[in-house]
Amino acid sequence: MQKAIIERAKQLLADGTVTRVIGWKKGDFAYDSTPAVFNSAEELDKDFIFDDFTASNVSKYLIKESQKEGKVLVFLKPCDTYSFNQLVKEHRINRENVYIVGIECYGKLDIEKIRAKGISGIQSVTNNDGTLTIETLYGTETMPAYEVMAERCLSCKSKKYVAYDELIGDDGEVMDSNRFDMVAQLEAMSSEERYNFWREQLSKCIRCNACRNVCPACSCERCVFDNDNSGIANKAPADSFEENMFHIIRAFHVAGRCTDCGECSRVCPQSIPLHLLNRKFIKDINELYGEYQAGADTDSRAPLTNYTQGDCEPSVVHERGVE
Amino acid sequence: MLKIAIEKIDELFALVAQNQALYIPSDNKDGAAEYTRWSEGVKYSNALNTLRSAKDFFFPQTEDLVDFKMSGKNIEIIDIRKETEDFVIFGVRACDAKSFFILDNVYLSEPVDSYYKNRREHATVITMACSKPSETCFCSAFGIDATQPGGDVECASDGTSFFFEAKTEKGKAFIDSVSSLLSDGDTAELDNAKAKTKEILAKLPLAELSTESFGADKLTELFNSDKWAGLSESCLACGTCTFVCPTCQCYDIKDFDTGHGIKRYRCWDSCMYSDFTKMAHGNPRLTQLERFRQRFMHKLVYYPANYDGVFGCVGCGRCLAKCPISMNIVKVMKALEVK
Repeated sequence: MQKAIIERAKQLLADGTVTRVIGWKKGDFAYDSTPAVFNSAEELDKDFIFDDFTASNVSKYLIKESQKEGKVLVFLKPCDTYSFNQLVKEHRINRENVYIVGIECYGKLDIEKIRAKGISGIQSVTNNDGTLTIETLYGTETMPAYEVMAERCLSCKSKKYVAYDELIGDDGEVMDSNRFDMVAQLEAMSSEERYNFWREQLSKCIRCNACRNVCPACSCERCVFDNDNSGIANKAPADSFEENMFHIIRAFHVAGRCTDCGECSRVCPQSIPLHLLNRKFIKDINELYGEYQAGADTDSRAPLTNYTQGDCEPSVVHERGVE
Repeated sequence: MLKIAIEKIDELFALVAQNQALYIPSDNKDGAAEYTRWSEGVKYSNALNTLRSAKDFFFPQTEDLVDFKMSGKNIEIIDIRKETEDFVIFGVRACDAKSFFILDNVYLSEPVDSYYKNRREHATVITMACSKPSETCFCSAFGIDATQPGGDVECASDGTSFFFEAKTEKGKAFIDSVSSLLSDGDTAELDNAKAKTKEILAKLPLAELSTESFGADKLTELFNSDKWAGLSESCLACGTCTFVCPTCQCYDIKDFDTGHGIKRYRCWDSCMYSDFTKMAHGNPRLTQLERFRQRFMHKLVYYPANYDGVFGCVGCGRCLAKCPISMNIVKVMKALEVK
């Protein structure tokens, strides 16, 4: 796969279709790739990587890159194409300046899950048809890949590409995922249990803003939480109420626009399951306004920014909140 | 050397906790180690390192500094400082133990930070020698020996016992206070275990990382390097690296209106943030490139310039493990290195 990607990128650079390439640059270990722009065939040969760990959704970088001169080639996994579309819809990406090659994804691995098994001193990770062999300074470990697959990939919503100029491999289908299972469990809790669940999770927050900064839906040029004049800018919560409100306000702000790409939870250094807040909104929107997937297209009107006579009445929403 | 069997460590914890607050690394629900106040049932974690560093004990993320109370045109200034109670931190790794000295240089030089000093003076630091370093470790690049972590008491394990050695007067007092549980032990196995750890340390992928190209005298060439643009291009501008870092020491001071007064507090700041060191005249670093550069110049050039060539990094590897885009000080050093 990696070889095919690099070859295609080199062709598109050589024939002038694009002037540069966004992808992943290999790191010092078996798992630490960094999103990067590649300008030449030599750079691609030297550093481009696509493997089980290249999990970053690079679509947000196109906000900046697509404003520059010349076309940029981007490799997007199916889930990334939803983020891409949503950003096009919000006029944040200049579609004209982007050439998309869709690339197959079988799910990404989560290095934290490998570490959580007590595995340290990792030298290499090889995947043979779903069986991982991990060479470490302390011996060799083997395990089925699904045991350490990223949480979001275990409930993959779609293998379909909703935006592309060409594909490497075949287009897939929207999946029948179990992604709302945990939300349903939370809904089934008493309000006190649910409150305690979120208090425990959100109190872990260190306000590093990684969730916000990686989020393709958080594309404000200046976040209200960074704006001194807003009166609510702060680098650390003054009290626990504020600490919770940051995430809740953010979830409200991306409601109807969040594609459920899962980057927020992937990057959280404190392992807060932030995606569950977003999924709750998605599930509610589906139930109250009809099935809607943000980023599935670039021209439909989103339920929360569109009025129809069939919209649910506020009283219906209100009653749902009463136990 | 004095020792206690590993399975008896809870007895030692119980004895210590009778008189002082005791904090030990313990695995949380997510499987990550965190310093936790010991009470019956809290289990010591042998994890290589805690998720957040031990600097939190001396330099917490947020801290109230002073209160103001307004009545009419009068402002009453209320000093809320009070003497910290003695406490013990057990299981600090060599990297974190070294980070305390890096923070000391800043906070204990004139003008002394009384909030920091208060906590530092009341703490007894019991370290723990590493036995299973990770691929992300590079403390040796900064002259740290993971098998000799220092602290007030240096602790190490041979797999069956914990061995204790006092390094300071405070450490001696600690050992005296628990001596009823300790017995004299032969260190042959411990020496073997340490030799094995040293072999692993020499084989670590980052064992060869060199600081040759960095230091106070490299300021101009490093500052003006054309590599910063590429290195910083995918930085998300989040604060993860700075907040998990045991040596990052910058803070911001804010006022919080409580409705009937003002609470002035400080909280960790991050050079990655857009309003970092923003002043009345404006912001000295307008782009992410400049802010990103600041972080690494601080650790590799400015800090050594101010403190006798000591680098402001201890190689704990937390930023390597936690950066959402896997950009980190090692990649920066390798890119800027002059071979």
